[in-house]
Amino acid sequence: MTVAIIHTGCANIFSVETALDRLGVPHILAEQPAEASGADRLILPGVGAARPAMEKLQSAGWDAALVAETRPLLGICLGMQLLFETSEEGGVECLGLLPGHVMAMAAFDGGRLPHMGWNRLHFEIADDPMLAGIDEGDHVYFVHGYAVPVTNHTVASSAHDMRFSAMVRRGSVMGCQFHPERSGKTGARILNNFLEFGA
Amino acid sequence: MLAKRIIPCLDVRDGRVVKGVRFRNHEDVGDIVALAARYAGEGADELVFYDISASPDSRTVEPEWVKRVARAIDIPFCVAGGIRSTDDARTRLFAGADKISVNSPALADPDLINRLADEFGRQCIVVGIDSREIGGEWRVHSNTGDPGKTRTETRATLEWIEEAIERGAGEIVLNCMDQDGVREGYDIKQLTAARAVCRVPLIASGGAGAMAHFEEVFRQADVDGALAASVFHKQVIGIGELKAWLAQQSIEVRP
Repeated sequence: MTVAIIHTGCANIFSVETALDRLGVPHILAEQPAEASGADRLILPGVGAARPAMEKLQSAGWDAALVAETRPLLGICLGMQLLFETSEEGGVECLGLLPGHVMAMAAFDGGRLPHMGWNRLHFEIADDPMLAGIDEGDHVYFVHGYAVPVTNHTVASSAHDMRFSAMVRRGSVMGCQFHPERSGKTGARILNNFLEFGA
Repeated sequence: MLAKRIIPCLDVRDGRVVKGVRFRNHEDVGDIVALAARYAGEGADELVFYDISASPDSRTVEPEWVKRVARAIDIPFCVAGGIRSTDDARTRLFAGADKISVNSPALADPDLINRLADEFGRQCIVVGIDSREIGGEWRVHSNTGDPGKTRTETRATLEWIEEAIERGAGEIVLNCMDQDGVREGYDIKQLTAARAVCRVPLIASGGAGAMAHFEEVFRQADVDGALAASVFHKQVIGIGELKAWLAQQSIEVRP
């Protein structure tokens, strides 16, 4: 199996690569969709702001390619947010693979932001394959100031004044708002669940 | 609910982890990757690597060891020391650091914080502040890695915290120098005052000597994380036992 990491130009790509190395999974870094043609699944990483990341995806043709994509896809952090329709961060139109909108967490309450640190997972769809081997209340590492409210596709939520989507899945399109590559054993298991999804 | 973070700080000099008392007399405490892996394994929530020789000697952090750390651990880590430009920050972030922390260079060039936040997002920009009381006021210090070059700045600590946040800091690490390395407890008074003006995550640094000090700083100063070095390096406190004890005291921690 090979995983293609979509090159969003963001800084956490090396962390995702090393996490896959620790799991013993071969990976390539794909600037263009054609470079990922031999891969079995895709990871869309991301930190930073929505607009430059979307522009980078569009200029490489990833926006059209991902809409037509059938291989399992995992968005991480900003990468998860880009799977939705729009982001309030700069008023950006995103990929629209999942219904819903990314909102500023400050819009919900005046909590301490960014939401940074280890928070608990609350299961919304407890039997989802993404949660295999994970316990309700396990901690994962978050760093973000924007979030997606809980939707029908929310597999697990977390709470920081507001409750928001921590993990989402619609068919083979998955996302984690937290950083599984930096979430210890729990994160490694979730990455592994993605790697085994549908296999 | 966010867990309170326990953060071992590894002061790095010439590629080795060192620890001094009140910022002087540094002694070697071990290899960077070996210590990082040990702390991650014991349940540390995050690690901070601070190159204490970087600012005074005008050197930059060697990204090579940043990559080695990124490969070895699966928890977040922050790199500090000598970051003066967005290019300096980029090399470290792309080498796998989750956050970068600026201290003396931000005092010399406050707009650096704006440029870093614009380029990478405030979530990975930490502003470290070394502070001690002088004449009844908390004042910022710079170049604290080298006692011969340490300077007292004209800035008041609380004002600098507010300015740093305004400019784009996503987290503040407040190192209370009067307490550093002496293990008599965190500077609750200063941290409580800092908390009142700090709406981003606030990390306490300087003074941890016993498990009760962590409970005290979380409960009384409501900080988001507590940083410590010597008590962990010298195994005065085990991270696992500390977190179990804090959980018993009803402090929210990641087991």
